[in-house]
Amino acid sequence: MLRIAPGTRHRISVTVNGRPHAGFAEARTLLSDFLRHELKLFGTHVGCEHGVCGACTVNIDGRAVRSCLRFAVQVDGAEIRTVEGLAEGGALSPLQEAFRRRHALQCGFCTAGILISATQFLETSPNPTEAEVRDMLSGHICRCTGYEGMVRAILDVAGETP
Amino acid sequence: MSAGGFWVGAPVPRKEDEALLTGHARFIDDMEPVPGIRHAALLRSPHAHAEIRSVDLTRAAAHPGVHGVLSGADIAAAIGPIPSAVRVPIDYYPMAVGKVRYAGEPVALIAAEDRYVAEDALELIEVDYRPLPPVIDPKAAMDDDAALLHEAVGSNVVHHREFRYGDPETAFAEADRIVRLDWTFPRYSSTPMETCGAIAQFEPAPDRYTIWSNFQGPFILHALMCGALRVPGNRLRLITAPQSGGSFGIKQGMYPYMVLLAAASRLLGVPLKWIEDRLEHLVGSSSASNREDAVEAAFRSDGTLTGLRFRNTVDVGAYIRAPEPASVYRMHSASNGAYRVRNIAVDNRLVTTNRLPIGLNRGYGGPQFFFALERAMDAGARALGIDIAEIRRRNFVPADAFPYRAPAGALYDAGDYEAALDRTLDLAGYAALCAERDRAKADGWLFGIGLATAIEPSGSNMAYVTLAQTPEERARAGGRSGGLGTCTISIDPSGSVTVKTVSTPAGQGHATVAAQVAADALGLTPDDIDVVTEIDTLTSAWSLASGNYANRFSSVVVDAIGNAARTVAEKIRMIAAEDLEVAAEDVELADGTARVVGVPEKSLPFRRVAAKAHWHPAGLPEGMAPGIFETAVLSPPGLGPPDEQDRVASAVTFGFICDLAAVEIDPGTGRIEIGTYVSVHDVGKVLNPLIVEGQIVGGFAHGIAGALMEEMVYDEDGNPLSGSFADYLCITAPEMPRLTIGHVDTPSPHTALGAKGMGDGCSMLAPVAIANAVADALGREDVEPPFTLNRVWDLVAGGGGAG
Amino acid sequence: MKPAPFEYCRADTLDEALDLAAEFGADASVLAGGMSLGPMLNMRLARPAALIDINPVEALAGIRESEDALETGALCRQADALGSGLIGGFAPLLAEALPFVGHFQTRNRGTLGGSVCHADPSAEIPLALLTLGGGIVLRRKGRARTVPAEAFFEGIFATAREPEEIVTALRWPRGGARIGHAFAEIAQRHGDFAIAAVAATVALRPGGDIAALSLGLGGVEDRPRLADLSGLAGAPATPATAAEAAAFAADRADPIEDPKASAAYRRQLVRVLGARVLERAMERAAAPSC
Repeated sequence: MLRIAPGTRHRISVTVNGRPHAGFAEARTLLSDFLRHELKLFGTHVGCEHGVCGACTVNIDGRAVRSCLRFAVQVDGAEIRTVEGLAEGGALSPLQEAFRRRHALQCGFCTAGILISATQFLETSPNPTEAEVRDMLSGHICRCTGYEGMVRAILDVAGETP
Repeated sequence: MSAGGFWVGAPVPRKEDEALLTGHARFIDDMEPVPGIRHAALLRSPHAHAEIRSVDLTRAAAHPGVHGVLSGADIAAAIGPIPSAVRVPIDYYPMAVGKVRYAGEPVALIAAEDRYVAEDALELIEVDYRPLPPVIDPKAAMDDDAALLHEAVGSNVVHHREFRYGDPETAFAEADRIVRLDWTFPRYSSTPMETCGAIAQFEPAPDRYTIWSNFQGPFILHALMCGALRVPGNRLRLITAPQSGGSFGIKQGMYPYMVLLAAASRLLGVPLKWIEDRLEHLVGSSSASNREDAVEAAFRSDGTLTGLRFRNTVDVGAYIRAPEPASVYRMHSASNGAYRVRNIAVDNRLVTTNRLPIGLNRGYGGPQFFFALERAMDAGARALGIDIAEIRRRNFVPADAFPYRAPAGALYDAGDYEAALDRTLDLAGYAALCAERDRAKADGWLFGIGLATAIEPSGSNMAYVTLAQTPEERARAGGRSGGLGTCTISIDPSGSVTVKTVSTPAGQGHATVAAQVAADALGLTPDDIDVVTEIDTLTSAWSLASGNYANRFSSVVVDAIGNAARTVAEKIRMIAAEDLEVAAEDVELADGTARVVGVPEKSLPFRRVAAKAHWHPAGLPEGMAPGIFETAVLSPPGLGPPDEQDRVASAVTFGFICDLAAVEIDPGTGRIEIGTYVSVHDVGKVLNPLIVEGQIVGGFAHGIAGALMEEMVYDEDGNPLSGSFADYLCITAPEMPRLTIGHVDTPSPHTALGAKGMGDGCSMLAPVAIANAVADALGREDVEPPFTLNRVWDLVAGGGGAG
Repeated sequence: MKPAPFEYCRADTLDEALDLAAEFGADASVLAGGMSLGPMLNMRLARPAALIDINPVEALAGIRESEDALETGALCRQADALGSGLIGGFAPLLAEALPFVGHFQTRNRGTLGGSVCHADPSAEIPLALLTLGGGIVLRRKGRARTVPAEAFFEGIFATAREPEEIVTALRWPRGGARIGHAFAEIAQRHGDFAIAAVAATVALRPGGDIAALSLGLGGVEDRPRLADLSGLAGAPATPATAAEAAAFAADRADPIEDPKASAAYRRQLVRVLGARVLERAMERAAAPSC
């Protein structure tokens, strides 16, 4: 059992994009705020803070989830992947490349969460139909693109996967 | 100059993307420009209309971690009211003083060590409200016995003007058929994914305000902010964040919050950061206007449109914030739409209600205007028994009539509307679609086809807003005209090029297009060119029209970039000419070199030539200024002030859009299936087809969302019912219909490259195209968006109509 | 939009969770996936003194098959349930409803138990549980009980769970032969809570007539409801019977009215969607088992 009284700051250690990170969080500190303002990983964006828009989606222990609906104290010891970790070795991932090629982003604010979701989605569904891609994307709101470019980009990458 | 070049017109992938895709792009909430920032939270009114009897901040001020607390009265004592474009006795402050006028209006501010603590302290503020009768319906707001929002005005009508062009009375008297529609257009918003945010710092010596924000402009509002803060322009420094997470006009409406933060920073002695949260955004930011009233169209029996009468009642919300009443005037000088009709009457009323104040939103004024006009065209066609495409064809401004002076003053630059219509019908398979519709209807199915066309004014003449004044008032106020574009191109001592556009994009790819334009002029590649799009009012070359709105990038800013780039290119050629021992006219810039035309082996590296301007001034051609730092400022020609007949050339370019929708309605559930949606655009010269397509699809998404589901709903007491993303239904990927895009592009003679502005696009037409299709399917004209499941089912069941 | 302060209590075992529940009673909220509780905390609509985080409790995860029922642990993630062959075979109605629950990203974290405890009237998982005649296993220190779904849901966000109790599992009873299920819902957007959802179960007699049928309604009233269709036992399994049953259910429903939809529209959806799912369930019951 672990109990953290309100107002006290608790040390949190996590692995983010393969690197150890540590910082302090109160019981109520949202993971999105912890990543951004404590660990200074600003690539994860906050769009609604009530679990609808998907901008803050990060991968925790293998699953794409809302970081605004998780408390930092819940992820002590977890493996987290954020958008900063997608371009391994400095090269854009195939999905990132496809997003650029297909003009799948405009303002780019929602993009981080969508890349995280789509990356895990393609791991679990390597050959999705367009309807399945759109279904997965229904957990994200993008106001710029009308979603067309990202649907194409994700299908492109799915097509490339053997 | 020549239209296009190697890079202009090519589908160049965006320069912006890598930083955005890897999480390295910086937005306002990522910035910590000064140390010691405190975090602000705002207490917002739970009432739509109430007197504030008292605000007790004592307990909040004493809360641990709170740095300071301020009421509306504290702010009002420190600044002046925010100036308005309309002369009415309304003192508008960024926090409520004495009275709250919409649910969500700021009442008090807390500055604390973090946002969590600030929100804790909000709960300790005690406000004693005396509720007043809410005024929600704009028509009812005009009743004699309606409660008044602003007592000193004496009415809730804050603006009323009538306009008359040609001879509408005769046109209507002699019409074979008059079609009248009473209509209501709902209120919605493009809700950018990044909310508004600002960091304000007041420095006492010299007393200067600096505000970092994701404000989109126009920077004419800088003058208003200075007015409220009572400082000259050089004491209010506005700096925009490197990236903005979408705006669509909405981030224009944040300037009162910038004034508030600036004042609070001074009063509390700390830099303050405020990041609007999503709930605040939906009740307290800004939205498009809801507009209603009537349109009448006079037709001859052959379908010729001979007269139009618009009566517009615009609900501006609780305050009339600048640039309102612009939303009802943006389309005004093009009130004939795409048609030849010359006899037009317009009656505009702006009404205050206890709702969120309106402002810019994608298509600004266009969705409402074209809803009235294009509903009347389809309804007119049906009333006259003429095909909906044919009636438009008979009325279009013909291709040989351009440039075409519209009756209310707009100068349409170029177009071939009939060709665009034909392309639309072709892409839709119109004949087969009509046959399918007729078969479906005969079988009892609900199937309908709707058409809509729009002209797309771009690059606003700042003077169009002064249509809100009478010619006499305008004469007294002094002249207003133009819409300045600026660009600075510099080359540093290493020979590398930087383009500064002060165009504050929010995803539109300005950096990429700017680099394409400059690359063509300088013989470089877009990768060689760095582009800075943000504005710093203390160091940038900017003017009133700077910022990002009214599709002004490709219609105005691109020409400024081209002008600056040509000036730089000329200088490089002159420097190279001396070293190459030829005349400057014989030097071309290509492949990263300055070389002799026809003798490519006689060449110098571009960088070396450019660097010389810094390293070796004495070696420059005689009389040439050293360094390379060229600023181009242009005001597009022809953007004069309104004349005495209230005619004004409101914009630089006028694109064209033709949309066709075919829908089928499930009578059991009211579900609309959009089986066909075709949109054909005239954007002039296409600068980057990737970006153009992205803008078209994005505008379509906003239009479809407004057509089907998005609405800012208030109950009769003025409570916002769409105050979260669980209630305000932003469209998502599965709901997007398939869009077929076509082009009939006619180059604009008003711009150097032939480009027209674009971007509003289908956001202006999808609501009316869908409404026209629904009207056709249901055989009734009283249909209005949003066509939600329940509303459509009501319409199918025979109820639920307009009026 | 930040939560009010609370004490965070992480239970690593079921006993710890039950101790905490006993200690705090109504002053604590139990945190499972947090897909519904999270937004309420962030908006300060929920203000518990403490959060009891049960996510580390391994005893609450997993799916277990017993003789007469399938038991899904309270922490069974919706994504795992969706991918579970066991659930597909045992409770095909739940499997059919799960894709409508939230989104890929929320199903990754959201739990079956959490959805049932939250008791949103239009939620799909409670509706499936109710329609299948399932039950909710509740534990408090030293005591366990199973409450039938029909008695568990008491109103909007209201259930029979006592503050000291924790939902440990859901029980999905084993069905028999010649039973068919179907689910449908209508929402303005994919993944939203339904304006109306309907779930049908049809059991056929060997001759093909209806032995029993039930139609569960979600989003229609203040809690998921089973329409009483016992009068149709013995009727032929035809589209006409399906339509009649749905109309009967629609006429007797007492639909709520909210900004999303009128009572009349909800009633209409029961009629239209109800007929569609009953017909589909009849077809499935008649088809050779699959």
